[in-house]
Amino acid sequence: MKLALFADIHSNLEAITTCLSHAKALGADRFAFLGDLVGYGADPVAVLDLIEEHAADGAVVVLGNHDAAALGRPDDTLSSHARLTIVWTQAQLGEKQRAFLAGLPLSVPDDDMEAEDSIRAANTSYIFCGHVHEQKLFYMGADGHPLPFRPVPGTPIPTGKHRQWLAIVGSAGQPRDRNNKACYALADLERSRLTFFRIPYDFALAAHKVRSAGLPERIALRLERGA
Amino acid sequence: MQAFVPGSEVDGFRLGEVIHIGSMATIYRLTGSDGPLPLVMKIPRLGPGERAVNVIAFEQCRMVLGALPQSPHHPTLVTFGDVETTPYLVMEYIDGVRLDGWVHEAPVGADEIARLGSALALSLHDLHRQGVAHLDLKPTNVLYRTTGEAVLVDFGLAHHGYYPDLLAEELRYPVGNWVYMAPEQVVGIRCDPRSDIYALGAMLYQLATGRLPFGNPETKAQLRQRLYREPIPPRSVFPETPDWLQEIILHCLEIDARNRYASAAEVAFDLANPSQVTLTERASRGRRSKLAMLARRWLRSRNFEPAPCPPASDHTGPAPIILVAIAPGQVEDALFEALQDAARRLIAADDRCRIACVTAVPPAATLGGRRYEETATGRHIKHLVNLRRWAKPLQLAEERVTYHVLESDKPVAALVDYATMNDVDHVLMGGPKAGAPARLFPGVSAQVASLAPCSVTVVRSRAGN
Repeated sequence: MKLALFADIHSNLEAITTCLSHAKALGADRFAFLGDLVGYGADPVAVLDLIEEHAADGAVVVLGNHDAAALGRPDDTLSSHARLTIVWTQAQLGEKQRAFLAGLPLSVPDDDMEAEDSIRAANTSYIFCGHVHEQKLFYMGADGHPLPFRPVPGTPIPTGKHRQWLAIVGSAGQPRDRNNKACYALADLERSRLTFFRIPYDFALAAHKVRSAGLPERIALRLERGA
Repeated sequence: MQAFVPGSEVDGFRLGEVIHIGSMATIYRLTGSDGPLPLVMKIPRLGPGERAVNVIAFEQCRMVLGALPQSPHHPTLVTFGDVETTPYLVMEYIDGVRLDGWVHEAPVGADEIARLGSALALSLHDLHRQGVAHLDLKPTNVLYRTTGEAVLVDFGLAHHGYYPDLLAEELRYPVGNWVYMAPEQVVGIRCDPRSDIYALGAMLYQLATGRLPFGNPETKAQLRQRLYREPIPPRSVFPETPDWLQEIILHCLEIDARNRYASAAEVAFDLANPSQVTLTERASRGRRSKLAMLARRWLRSRNFEPAPCPPASDHTGPAPIILVAIAPGQVEDALFEALQDAARRLIAADDRCRIACVTAVPPAATLGGRRYEETATGRHIKHLVNLRRWAKPLQLAEERVTYHVLESDKPVAALVDYATMNDVDHVLMGGPKAGAPARLFPGVSAQVASLAPCSVTVVRSRAGN
């Protein structure tokens, strides 16, 4: 069983479709969308419809803080740019997309929780999460402290179940580490291996759509530069 | 817990004789294996009284060895058992002689040390190019195949830049063999391949003198001495040690990793070309440093700042070796200058690179001619002078450029062999002039380009110049 994990898609249809087909080509048969499906980008409706299709086939989908804001739940932590795009997103969403979002389970509400608390809180070998846009893997050392590791894209990491792992899969739709390639991760659960990927996609088209929708220039630039 | 004795069965494998008992694991020959490869099984020592690090080293060994491509320089990993139930590794059996066989006979002759050391340095370089540092080099972890190639074994403490380091914070004391450990390892740095160059230097020291450079430290305080103390120079211990070997050994054993050789390939190069080793103050160093100097270093060592780890290796590895092939008769023409320009650009791109100027000439008749210039030595010197003339305008530091006259009837084979033996990263050579008439047979540059184990740049002067 291969589980493909996507986070922080942020209404970027070009990025998520490219990542999905990459994962499917590698044999992914399960999918998880880890929050922040909308916000910033110009394709909230198409992205939500695509994810809803996968959810109907059993994909795991959780709600992110941007998604909650799009449902009208107040969020003081959002930047002014983000809030502006949420208002725009709200106007795009129809009844169908709102109903889909409203039915999603909440993400862990405490975003400030340290990696250590997260690993302890979830009594399981693997935790996958989004929200933080950079790819990172935390692993629990024998002395009980989590150690951070910056994964090398495309290199499968043996992640034995006897240890605990917390993987931040990276942002599919809005990378911010000066690299404009989309992030996602693929977990081979049978062989206990986790691979992080960076996938080139048509960022120019995504940025063009952001500009055409009249969304802030800063957001289009971020897609082009990855920062 | 299952008892592992010869004759018992583990996951379908039958254990044979015990071939090695280490502090962390035991190694058994496997009997009755049907495959073409003779096998061993490594089982970590677990249970009461054993350390937790044994199982972490097992995981690390599995991860690193599993990631390495097949190579003659380390055993091939065949399969492994589950870490939670039956941890074991099944690996290729290496039919070879351990380096500690020579250590027991030390002092060993300089030629033999050069042969053993350069083979070991080449296999280390192969490892470093994969982004791996071994970090537990000692004479029992180095084997020599009958073909002369060195094989590194036991990757339990190795570090792979592409994988999480499971040993990172597990250890409250420096893990590894204290005898050969580099200063930065003493303070817990586990990402520097130059730590292996230090351990290599410590083993060369032992082979040359029959003594350990820092004895056998028993306490952490004794171990920390190497943060400020240099070893007694080999020639003061064993006066027959040649100066070039002392130079190489002390260059490997520099306290600050930045002052050591930048790559293991450079060590191999120097060991294979003793006459080309640039002798510095290290070669003639007589005794240990003065007391005042030692006191100053000791004070500084209390805040020992290890050098930052070099960036993860790319395909060429650290500090590339560039071979510049100069045709024997080549004088100061346009091609001569074009080669200088091309070399200048490579030097500007990587200021750690080394240049080996090479010319391949037909062997001279032993008796030679009547005049000095026609004798074998006379001709040899004439070619060396020409190589030096070529390199002079590059204004390189002495230790970054070497000169070699290869005597051979087959210039292509001589150049390609030389590039292979010395793990050269890039060959720079002149080609036929642009617009020159097509040849029936490929010229030297075309043949070298197709046969060399590395990148080859064929430089030509513009037609009409």
